[in-house]
Amino acid sequence: MRSIRIGSGAGYSGDRIEPAVELAEKGDIQYLVFECLGERTVALAQQARMKNPDGGYDPLLEERMRAVLPICAAKGIKLVTNMGAANPVAAARKIAEIARSLGLSSLKIAAVVGDDVLDACKDSDLPMLEIDGTMRQLGNRVLSANAYLGVAPMAEALNAGADIVITGRASDPALFLAPMIHAFGWAMDDWNLLGQGTVAGHLLECAGQITGGYFADPGFKDVHGLARLGFPIGEVSEDGSLVITKVVGSGGAVTSATCKEQLLYEVHDPKRYIQPDVVADFSQVKIEEIAPDRVRVSGGRGTQRTDTLKVSVGYVDSYIGEGQISYAGPGAVARGRLALDIVRERMQLTGVATSETRFELIGIDSLHGADLAARAGEPYEVRVRVTGRTENLREAVRIGNEVETLYTNGPAAGGGVTKSARDVVAVASVLLPRDLAKPSIKFVEA
Amino acid sequence: MKLRDIAHSRTGDKGNISNISVIAFDEKLYPLLLSQVTSERVKALFAGVVAGTVVRYELPNIAALNFVMDQALGGGVTRSLALDAHGKSLSSALLDLEIDDGFGDTDPAP
Repeated sequence: MRSIRIGSGAGYSGDRIEPAVELAEKGDIQYLVFECLGERTVALAQQARMKNPDGGYDPLLEERMRAVLPICAAKGIKLVTNMGAANPVAAARKIAEIARSLGLSSLKIAAVVGDDVLDACKDSDLPMLEIDGTMRQLGNRVLSANAYLGVAPMAEALNAGADIVITGRASDPALFLAPMIHAFGWAMDDWNLLGQGTVAGHLLECAGQITGGYFADPGFKDVHGLARLGFPIGEVSEDGSLVITKVVGSGGAVTSATCKEQLLYEVHDPKRYIQPDVVADFSQVKIEEIAPDRVRVSGGRGTQRTDTLKVSVGYVDSYIGEGQISYAGPGAVARGRLALDIVRERMQLTGVATSETRFELIGIDSLHGADLAARAGEPYEVRVRVTGRTENLREAVRIGNEVETLYTNGPAAGGGVTKSARDVVAVASVLLPRDLAKPSIKFVEA
Repeated sequence: MKLRDIAHSRTGDKGNISNISVIAFDEKLYPLLLSQVTSERVKALFAGVVAGTVVRYELPNIAALNFVMDQALGGGVTRSLALDAHGKSLSSALLDLEIDDGFGDTDPAP
């Protein structure tokens, strides 16, 4: 039976680069996938593209490509990535330029476009899923609207001979499903196969999170070699059978426990994990360790895809200002609390206009509030944090200033003030009828 | 004993919704999770954090539970004022839950 080996070379934009090089060199893989696009990254990338029409793609594109392209070209490993962000065509041109500068030729690069559905959504009455109102009501605060595309354009590009497929917003598991569809020709209505392929994609999409990254808890869950963590490989066969493994000798571990944690990561109803190509069902998935660092995953199923695509809408929401200062030694917590009280009173006195605020002591109650923190003893040092949401940048700046003036006006021996103020690009979602997104492919030759 | 002694956990985020998995180290302990790690207890634990509902999904196939908590992330990762805007640290708080193994405090599970 035919099978392929897919490596996962990045779980987010800023991920380590050496594990991907290791996969390309030693992983015996045919496909290398880089998942680099977070929920709000497209909106920020759209802002970058507005400033520079040739920009708006992943900031680490060049570094990552320079590291892996020579190896992948030599070994015939195909690349699939969403590093195109807001500008896949410009990203494809950039990759072609990098390839030429490395002396590589006859590489076929495919850019998938059509995830940008701003025009189709902007003035519509599509309801927002997370906030009240419709798209139209967001008005000129909207920066971007990008649909999560499915597997079809990526698989089509691979079928047409692409060596590199670069997309903008596409579903993360679909980046991995595309090589399977290309290699095995699975029918796009074989829901159980698509469901099992989605299990594979979902397990691989966060790279190191299934090889022991984000897992270690000394004494309870020990993991060795996290500084040289190996990234995962999915061995997928034509019938959908799947083994998760990693490069022999790399750090980390693939175990049933690492696979179970990743299976449920960012999943809500495990019977209905909604993807553009299928509604995957994880409720029958079986996970078995068959050898060291080899875990068999079976039983992924699926049901018919929905008629809509999820669209991430980026919009300007508000501004956030923040200030921090530290106290140490005897009475550190009491001085920290006094500092918070002073800033709270100052913000009222000087009339800083906020719609929401947090006053907290890092090291005491900044993560889960006072109730859960009540069991804590007295620490040696504590960091004061005041933050608030405002309607404009000027008000946001005033919050950090009120913390900074604690230097000469607050409790004894405070040190290390930092302050910041920024605009908030938020993300909400709408569901778009799928025929309103029209993806297509543009080829660039290197 | 603590939940941490019998299960492991990871938090994920989507918008303003947080999900926390609770996975038994040993599949035989899944019934203990089912009976003691209820959505009511999780909701009570996170009373100061979660403003919305807590729904529990059961996965006997991998001896795990999945808690989906609505309005848990201060308006969503992108606009939250929280230091841990993703709520990624919530799984550690959940593992502090006290579990009664039926053998009493002084007699650990066999």
